[in-house]
Amino acid sequence: MSRVAVLQGGRSLERQVSLRSGARVQDALERLGHEVLGLDVGHDLVERLREGEPDVAFVALHGRDGEDGTVQELLEALGIPYTGSRVSACIRSADKVLAKHVMRDAGIPTPDFHSFNETAFKELGAAQALGAIEERLEFPIVVKPAGQGSALGIKFARTPADVPTALVAAFSYDRKVLLERHVHGRDLAISVLDGPSGPEALPIVEAVPREEDFYDFTARYEIGRTRFECPAQLDDAVAARAREVALEAYGALGCSGFGRVDVMLEEATGDLFVLELNPIPGLTETSLLPQAAEAAGLAFAELVERIVQLALPVAR
Amino acid sequence: MTRRETPGTTTRQLERYAGLFAGRTRGMRSSAMRDLMAITERPEIISLAGGLPDTSTFPPESYAALMQTVAAESCARALQYGPTEGLAVVRRCIQQVMAAEGMTIDSDDVLVTTGGQQVIDLLCKTLIDPGDVIVAEAPTYPGAVPAFSAYEADVVQIEVDRDGMRVDDLEQTLDRLEAEGRRPKFIYTIPNFQNPAGVTMSLPRRERVVRIARERELIVLEDNPYGLLRYEGERLPTLFELDGGDFVVYLGTFSKILSPGVRLGWTVAPRPILEKMNIGKQSADLCSSSMTQHFVAAYFDAGPWDKYLRSLIEIYQRRRDVMLDALAEHFPRESEWTHPHGGLFIWATLPGYINTTDLLARALQDNVAFVPGRAAFVDGRGGSSMRLNFSGVNEDEIREGIRRIGAVVSEQVSLYGTLTGAHPAPAQEPAPREADPDLAEVLQLPQRPERAKRARP
Repeated sequence: MSRVAVLQGGRSLERQVSLRSGARVQDALERLGHEVLGLDVGHDLVERLREGEPDVAFVALHGRDGEDGTVQELLEALGIPYTGSRVSACIRSADKVLAKHVMRDAGIPTPDFHSFNETAFKELGAAQALGAIEERLEFPIVVKPAGQGSALGIKFARTPADVPTALVAAFSYDRKVLLERHVHGRDLAISVLDGPSGPEALPIVEAVPREEDFYDFTARYEIGRTRFECPAQLDDAVAARAREVALEAYGALGCSGFGRVDVMLEEATGDLFVLELNPIPGLTETSLLPQAAEAAGLAFAELVERIVQLALPVAR
Repeated sequence: MTRRETPGTTTRQLERYAGLFAGRTRGMRSSAMRDLMAITERPEIISLAGGLPDTSTFPPESYAALMQTVAAESCARALQYGPTEGLAVVRRCIQQVMAAEGMTIDSDDVLVTTGGQQVIDLLCKTLIDPGDVIVAEAPTYPGAVPAFSAYEADVVQIEVDRDGMRVDDLEQTLDRLEAEGRRPKFIYTIPNFQNPAGVTMSLPRRERVVRIARERELIVLEDNPYGLLRYEGERLPTLFELDGGDFVVYLGTFSKILSPGVRLGWTVAPRPILEKMNIGKQSADLCSSSMTQHFVAAYFDAGPWDKYLRSLIEIYQRRRDVMLDALAEHFPRESEWTHPHGGLFIWATLPGYINTTDLLARALQDNVAFVPGRAAFVDGRGGSSMRLNFSGVNEDEIREGIRRIGAVVSEQVSLYGTLTGAHPAPAQEPAPREADPDLAEVLQLPQRPERAKRARP
């Protein structure tokens, strides 16, 4: 049995979700007989890690500082083994723009996009290029902050008049934003978990929104507002292709331990597009990775145990 | 180590419970906004988001002495259940408080409740069948909305301007509802220093609301938590005073004049309604805390009850003035805000292209918080407004908090200008005017539904 520090909370906008993930992980670890140290990360993190001397840190943080390599770098510096992807994979995945470039370079399909930081608009007159971008991507266009893990700040622009407003909103979350072609179709989540013979894709979860909640991201926090189908009802060939593309993305970004790849299955063409990869997906009661693991016959406690074992030095 | 597995930890189990939920829980939702608000409680954040009175102004030695009195004189009774309607001595205290606002009541007509919030709940419990209409103000007290939803009420909101609820709109809406055969059960209003808009209903409108209620035999729930916190202008009669208590159900509270921690409020209502509310309260909590009722009684017994209130008025008035000055100095000219004559809140409205929920995420990076306006509407309006509280933080924090919010607003105004080719606003030029009390037009906001991609946890 190990001494496990569960890192949770923090200052990210996903603090609440992280606290729920953390509490659930902590509970599972205790039941597994581990010695658990719950840490709401803040100014005293280093001090408390030094005091606690954990064998391993379970990073149950989402969003800024937790998922983007910051905490991972700190754990490297302190010599504490930790769960999930290494620093560089976190940096690549948490930045949606960087991730999309990596995927595009690796030949993994991802929706067309353009990305700008604030200075491009303020100092280089990028606003004048918006027309050309709009023409190329076609409406509706999805506008996203580059570095926000949850759906906060993601807007749909249906007309040119919506674009500036959507950009202002997206810039509330990050200095860099992207404009992306909207792929209309089915919304698939493919969780990946490292196994004895390398990364394995778990059963696919499809998020089926209730009609009226289609664009309402708050729905994802609530039971009953979005229906999740697991395994998703897909042709075997499509499902196999989706799993393959997810594993390619996971590999191209250099992830390890576990992760969740969000994929769109375009209705009109039947093509698959990878939207993003979450290096630390939610682990709450309503989250998709635990759901997929369960469908694969892996109870939550077993999932948590696997993730911890993967992080311990002997497994690496 | 044996431990029972925490119930409800798997998705499947949760879905099973979800299948058992009553239909009315559909309206009970947690939200992403609430998750954002959770961050505002962190210590490094200057939060103008709370609605909190400043309890640090209450002298600890008075608290100790009052508790000592309760222990010495009423220990056993303070530890015991009490009557559902509240202790007689507390109902007499309430009589005094209401007299200070020009209302004469019989203490038998009072029901002591667990905070003013319970009055809202009990009145809904008494009057609302699923689908019944409640008419509320737009914007309205965000905490009332979940209570209305829990009883599956259909909330119809009436715009507010600098003189409070638009009574012309109210009449039109009531006519429309009547034509549709839908029966509004009550009108919910905060006439004094409204939460969140900070505006006060004018005397002519008060008279008209009371007339409408009498003519149409409608109940008005008059929520008056802030009436005694007036910093300028003349006191206006309450709706209850104008009506004499036939159609107006009055809601009062000790939260803002003494302490929200005592969790004591009250209602005065027509006898048949009061009796039903009393029965409803029995099933909810039997009675409100005897301990805090004895504390309140001891407080009123110890000296003039309004001495502390006067000290609060002095403190809050200064804070309001500091906030108004800071807004004039730091908010860009494209924004507007109300000039409350009392209470705890200022309502600011920014240009329509700024979404204050997103802006809050940006403001949190600079360690400052407010309540996004959307929380005060049931229909997605309010997206460009914000509620600012000036009672819960000190003057330096107000200045600094408003400076930081002003900076991020200016940043967005300027960015929007760049994006649209409009002339960028001069960011730090002080607004060449006093706070604009003309809120009338700015509260009507386009009903653009939020379009955000649904993603996954």
